[in-house]
Amino acid sequence: MITKRIIPCLDVKDGRVVKGVNFQKLGDVSSPVTLAKHYSDAGADELVFYDITASVEERRLFTDILREVASCIFIPLTVGGGISSLDDFDRVLKCGADKVSVNSGAIRNPSLILEAARKYGDQCVVLSVDIKRVDGRFRVFARGGRDDTGLDAIEWVRKGESLGAGELVVNSIDTDGVKGGFDLEMLEAICDAVSIPVIASGGAGSAEDFVRLFKTIPKVDAGLAASIFHFGEVEIPALKRLLASEGIPVRI
Amino acid sequence: MIAIIDYGVGNLFSLRSSFQYIGADAIVTGDADEIARCERIVLPGVGAFRDAAEKLRRAGLDEVVRREALSGKPLLGICLGMQMLFDRSLEYGEHKGLGLIPGSVVPLAPLLPPGLKVPHIGWNALIFPKDRPKSRLFRFVGEGEHVYFVHSYHASGCEDAVTATAEYGVPVTAAVERGNVFGTQFHPEKSGQTGLNILRAFCSV
Repeated sequence: MITKRIIPCLDVKDGRVVKGVNFQKLGDVSSPVTLAKHYSDAGADELVFYDITASVEERRLFTDILREVASCIFIPLTVGGGISSLDDFDRVLKCGADKVSVNSGAIRNPSLILEAARKYGDQCVVLSVDIKRVDGRFRVFARGGRDDTGLDAIEWVRKGESLGAGELVVNSIDTDGVKGGFDLEMLEAICDAVSIPVIASGGAGSAEDFVRLFKTIPKVDAGLAASIFHFGEVEIPALKRLLASEGIPVRI
Repeated sequence: MIAIIDYGVGNLFSLRSSFQYIGADAIVTGDADEIARCERIVLPGVGAFRDAAEKLRRAGLDEVVRREALSGKPLLGICLGMQMLFDRSLEYGEHKGLGLIPGSVVPLAPLLPPGLKVPHIGWNALIFPKDRPKSRLFRFVGEGEHVYFVHSYHASGCEDAVTATAEYGVPVTAAVERGNVFGTQFHPEKSGQTGLNILRAFCSV
């Protein structure tokens, strides 16, 4: 049976992991390589790296780091952040990324999904969507949740799937950072709209939130989180043991 | 030395890193002489069957791989590289494979019960057939260990060659073997310690 995946997400800037990392045991917590190895050893099923750098110079640093990470972890690696062209796909894939996550770049130019899927295969293209409720509807936001695009989220994910996206990362702006649990209502609506794998993101505050996620919406394939893993509030081995004890299939 | 066949598809970086990590010398090459000098061959691949098979043929590497495999050299096909070991694939039409293992590559979608998604993406447990000895490829791996899959097609009509399956509504062909020719539908280079142990075993067959 296919297992539910647990995916830590690392934001990388200037070659360092940013946004609250607090591991007592690790020597250099903001080294992407140290942290990636730590998660890989702890049983993470995949890793996501977001490049939140701005300048070309920093971008070069990021690809160096990426190459180093990819050469020492042997689980799938997704890279996102500022991907807006096939050249961007090429750049990160050559450094050892397995999948590339697109968000604002695909909103500006939806054919990027189609072209990338044709060139690298559907399995390589992960459509990441930031969703927020506006007037009772699920609306797509761009630029890290800053801009309301006016796009209807259900229509956008359907379009993404038909263009060739192989997976969907669904991030709820409403629950992100609140740590009150995943946005189950929104996730259910998205899962009903598509038949590609859905990765839930935004709102996890405890291990129990993952249990609730997978039990309430069996169609969800994976749970993604950042700070609760970085702060050690939820340890991946313990989380997986809890999920297994609740009858949820996981890789241990 | 292991030759990782370079014919313009796939993430060869991870494969080479994996072999480096386990202390095996591997080169990424599309050169026939260099491939002939290596003791082992890995045929990787992602994407569509027809494109990949065409690229392999255009580079003249289909005959090289066939010749080396028929000479008894250990060959490991991974993912689409495994699918190319078979007689043919039914991915968007019918396309000829290397014919090193009898059987066909068929779409998963019509075989699956409702509610299961295609592609089959994620970690799934290996199941070994009860009626034959464990494959040499799994000498460091136990039944039930998880490996990482990403695929929409699988090998069929090759029961004699199957050395592992994974359960996804139906038994999915996970690994095959015929003499010195091995194939894994999953990605050992993305399957953590289990995957590295499979590559280790390949280095010693």
